Amino acid sequence: MSSVVSISAPYAHAPTSIRRTMGLVILALVPATLLNVGLFGWPALNLFAITVVAALAAEAMCLRLAGRPVRPTLNDGSALLTGWLLAMSLPPWAPWWIGVVGSFIGIVVGKHLFGGLGQNLFNPAMVARVALLISFPLPMTLFVAPRPLFSADAPGFLDGLAVTFGFGPKIDVVSAASALGHVKTELSRGVPVNETLSHGHDLLATAVGMVPGSLGETSALLLLLGGLFLMARKVITWHIPVSVMGTLFVLGSVANLLDPARHADGLFHLLSGATLLGAFFIATDLVTSPVTRQGQLIYGTGIGLITFVIRSWAGYPEGMAFAVLLMNALTPLIDRYVRPRVFGRTSKGTPIQPKARS
Amino acid sequence: MKMFRIRGGVHPEYRKELTSEQAIVEIPMPARLRIPLQQHIGAPAEAIVAVGDRVGKGQMIARPQGGLSAALHAPTSGVVVDIAALPAPHPSGLPQRTIVIEPDGRDQWAALPAPIAEPFAASSKAIADRVAECGIVGLGGATFPAAVKLDLRSSYTLDTLAINGAECEPYLTCDDRLMREQADEIIDGVRIMAHALGVGRVIIAIENNKPQALAAMTLAASGVSDIKVIGIPTRYPMGSERHLVQLLTGRETPARKLTADIGVVVHNVGTAAAVHQAVRFGRPLVARVVTVSGRGIATPRNVKVPLGVMVSDLLQFCGGLTDSTARLLSGGPMMGQPLPSTDVPVIKGTSGILALTQAETRRQPVQPCIRCGSCVSACPVGLVPVEMVALIRKENLDGAATAGVMDCISCGSCAYICPAHIPLVQYFNYAKGRLNALQRDERKRDLVKRLVEARAARMERMAHAKREALKRNKAADKPADTPQAGAASPS
Repeated sequence: MSSVVSISAPYAHAPTSIRRTMGLVILALVPATLLNVGLFGWPALNLFAITVVAALAAEAMCLRLAGRPVRPTLNDGSALLTGWLLAMSLPPWAPWWIGVVGSFIGIVVGKHLFGGLGQNLFNPAMVARVALLISFPLPMTLFVAPRPLFSADAPGFLDGLAVTFGFGPKIDVVSAASALGHVKTELSRGVPVNETLSHGHDLLATAVGMVPGSLGETSALLLLLGGLFLMARKVITWHIPVSVMGTLFVLGSVANLLDPARHADGLFHLLSGATLLGAFFIATDLVTSPVTRQGQLIYGTGIGLITFVIRSWAGYPEGMAFAVLLMNALTPLIDRYVRPRVFGRTSKGTPIQPKARS
Repeated sequence: MKMFRIRGGVHPEYRKELTSEQAIVEIPMPARLRIPLQQHIGAPAEAIVAVGDRVGKGQMIARPQGGLSAALHAPTSGVVVDIAALPAPHPSGLPQRTIVIEPDGRDQWAALPAPIAEPFAASSKAIADRVAECGIVGLGGATFPAAVKLDLRSSYTLDTLAINGAECEPYLTCDDRLMREQADEIIDGVRIMAHALGVGRVIIAIENNKPQALAAMTLAASGVSDIKVIGIPTRYPMGSERHLVQLLTGRETPARKLTADIGVVVHNVGTAAAVHQAVRFGRPLVARVVTVSGRGIATPRNVKVPLGVMVSDLLQFCGGLTDSTARLLSGGPMMGQPLPSTDVPVIKGTSGILALTQAETRRQPVQPCIRCGSCVSACPVGLVPVEMVALIRKENLDGAATAGVMDCISCGSCAYICPAHIPLVQYFNYAKGRLNALQRDERKRDLVKRLVEARAARMERMAHAKREALKRNKAADKPADTPQAGAASPS
């Protein structure tokens, strides 16, 4: 017991910590990750491991350069989570250098150049993904159909290494488009959306995950469960997921009603692409989202809106990453102007006038 | 009864089971009692005894100074052995003028004021005067002179008396035990206070985690028509005066104003019990119930402690501190004050003495803020702690004031929940202290400026008056001068 106390109350604390928060998010991602690694086999596992290790290495390097303690800061789990989320958004059979370059861009440029944990303006995983997408469009859009881990045509461990590291005889890969990509390509060929969706597209398969896509795109159900787990443990609240998904669903449904040949329906928007991963795990990133509940609703609505616009009218089939980055840029503005009302004051800040009492 | 929503707040681990089933016990009188002259909000009391005086139990030893002050009384019969500057139970450990009494072991009451026979026929001034005479202050921890609060009917229109039985701080169970064991006395005190305030409605609010206290108080109030005993949700800081009033009545106290401005006065249950003693028996406030708790104490207990007993004696009575004590506090863990040593006395505001282990405080190294917004959700006042801390870090105190730091009630909810373990309240207390000091300096400067200007104006007036007088004299002299001048001058 010290006789000179240098800090004021409170002297009790909730069992919360940054490490626990990050750990819970990672825990919520584990089921979807396991399923997808199982679906896409050894190459996916290799890529995942390389991306995560590269993220940790990048973080250690930056901390060492900045003269900050390496071990305690690595332990807080934030770099691990960034690498994990980046891996989830990559094509599962992408080469190893995509994972490494992406991790380094995300951690160094997206996080440490801004000042480290808590200082970054943009979501590091999305910075990495977008940088990769624009710089290396081909490897980043080469999706494969699922080849479950121990099934007949899945590559074995050595073949998996060959795929990831790009040596040895090439596996015969039939690239397949993700659902969103397929819809957009067919639309550009003149095939109406409702035709594309009516044959060759199984909603349940999309939900469960047996469709081509990135690691994180294809297991809507498990991601939803993970998101609900996070809400139950009070790591995130309903505001961002509901506003992102709600806006997408509403806009999709309205557009589909108005022009079914041109626009897919709301449920399709919800279940395909990175919607669920984005709504529960990426948009809810603590550092880059607004701090107030009302601000979070505005933020989520903006993400949903921009995602819908990009998916419907822009050149890319998937818009979530761009939408998140654009709304990240607006977060400081939202935080500046959207504030809770202070007790005893009006929303302008003047003391309230008590009502006349008889 | 309809209850309204309040925002924010946290659910700490209450750990009340350490002492909630321990009946109140009395501590044997120690060898020395130290009574500091400042145990209340307002001006310190003025000693009216001298070294060597014999005093009886309950005899006034210090009288109030000014309108906002409180009297002090001898907790037992004995001799005044010293009046000196001794360490006060304050984190700074700075000395404070203190009266030291050596008990004579007889514990004899001095001549007390006569009991008020018919309190409900007495005027509110008579009751307020009796409460002032008996040195009663708010025993919830704020120690505001109760007589001033009872006198509010003269300046405000009041309709409700709210009795605070919430006891929302973790570990503390003194109010809980008091309500279970002395419910009738509390209800009597409440009725007297309601009569003094002239209110038609009384609500006694008790948190739902105290079912036996609720039952005891409901039974004691069952015969009285205007008193309602209700259970309120268990949440910290439900005991905060403004939030309690909003919960019970839906009325929001305007910023910088009192709850009396919206017609409600709030008193603690312990204060009500003290009012009962003062009015029915003429006994002043000389003892209070203190919860001694925490895993760092060998035998946690609720103790009725005469004022002035040293914390070291109290801890010894409760088995002493264990080796694992990491923090020693006066009050609760959320808003309490750290004790610089155990060589300090128990005063009117000491609701608890806590010895907490590291496992209970969960103190961890500070990490960078991750902008999670938990502090914003937890703040019961609707402030944005993350923004205020960023401004205070850069010494932008005006920005912090605009962000609302002066409205902060220092409840500690934000710091409790922060995953990065940032000591948020420390920043806010620093900012509030600096802003208050800057305001004081500015008022001083304004005053000096006004005085200088007034003096300059006065000097100018005096000089002007002198010139006028000189002019008048010259004019008066001239007609007398002229003939002489004419005569004197050579023509």
